[in-house]
Amino acid sequence: MNWTTAAPAVTTAFLSSLVEGVEALTIVFAVASVRGWRPAALGTLAGLALLLLIVVTLRPLLNRVPLHALQLIIGVLLLLFGMRWLRKAILRAAGVIALHDEGIAFATETEELRDQARQHEAQLNWLAGLASFKAVVLEGLEVVFIVIAVGAGRGLVGAASLGALAACLVVATFGFALHRPLERVPENTLKFAVGVMLSAFGVFWTGEGLGVLWPGEDLAIVAIAALFLLVALAAVALTRRRAGAFP
Amino acid sequence: MNVLVAASQTLVGLFVDDGSLAIAILMIVLVSGIFSILMPDMPLVAGAMLLIGCLAVLFANVMKAAQD
Repeated sequence: MNWTTAAPAVTTAFLSSLVEGVEALTIVFAVASVRGWRPAALGTLAGLALLLLIVVTLRPLLNRVPLHALQLIIGVLLLLFGMRWLRKAILRAAGVIALHDEGIAFATETEELRDQARQHEAQLNWLAGLASFKAVVLEGLEVVFIVIAVGAGRGLVGAASLGALAACLVVATFGFALHRPLERVPENTLKFAVGVMLSAFGVFWTGEGLGVLWPGEDLAIVAIAALFLLVALAAVALTRRRAGAFP
Repeated sequence: MNVLVAASQTLVGLFVDDGSLAIAILMIVLVSGIFSILMPDMPLVAGAMLLIGCLAVLFANVMKAAQD
């Protein structure tokens, strides 16, 4: 395995999984605090099993798609996905939209579950498990997509999966050691970095799918990412300055 | 049925948040793709169009969102 090629893919998978892992863990903690660890753990395990099934089903299908078509499809999806992340991260960094707060997410989810407890006491274990399951599947789907997207074009799905797995272990270890949601993780900075990397991968793979031979081959991803970072930082600075000029 | 609709909405939501950004990205890809087919000897120009187009679209979209 060539590390010049693998490092951006593994790093992107690791950082994005860190963000998604923190968000999923917040919901799982909320479920556990209202209804105990049994439904939270069962929902989490069921969610992980479904994600594993999706990966196992998708992987052989990917091998059947011609490489250029695969690069183009994944490239376009990455552009849509990555630039959506980056846009939101820029707007949050500039103060246009509110930052995502794990403390508020935890309180909201806990309150919703307590509300359901008052209305459907008999079904609460089931509803709590479902909330945990939904959080793991929704956040996990994004991780699965990112792992496949950054890894498939160069046969790095295995390496990217290891990056994602390492991030999940880090989140779980810190979460269970602290026994509360991880509020201090600089989530928007991570989202900003991941948005930049995913957008760069998107341009790179779409270009390859269109027959572009990028100068420097895989190293071009780093140069493209640097350009995205530059434009994103400029957008943050300009938006902040405008907000200062017209408060 | 409701579950399927909710699942597909969630799936689309992964890729499309601001519709105008998604459409602009697809237009850039389309134009770069047409250029690469019409001018197969200049693939790097298609790559540059793609890269610069995406950067410009992102910048313009953020500026517009901040103004609104």
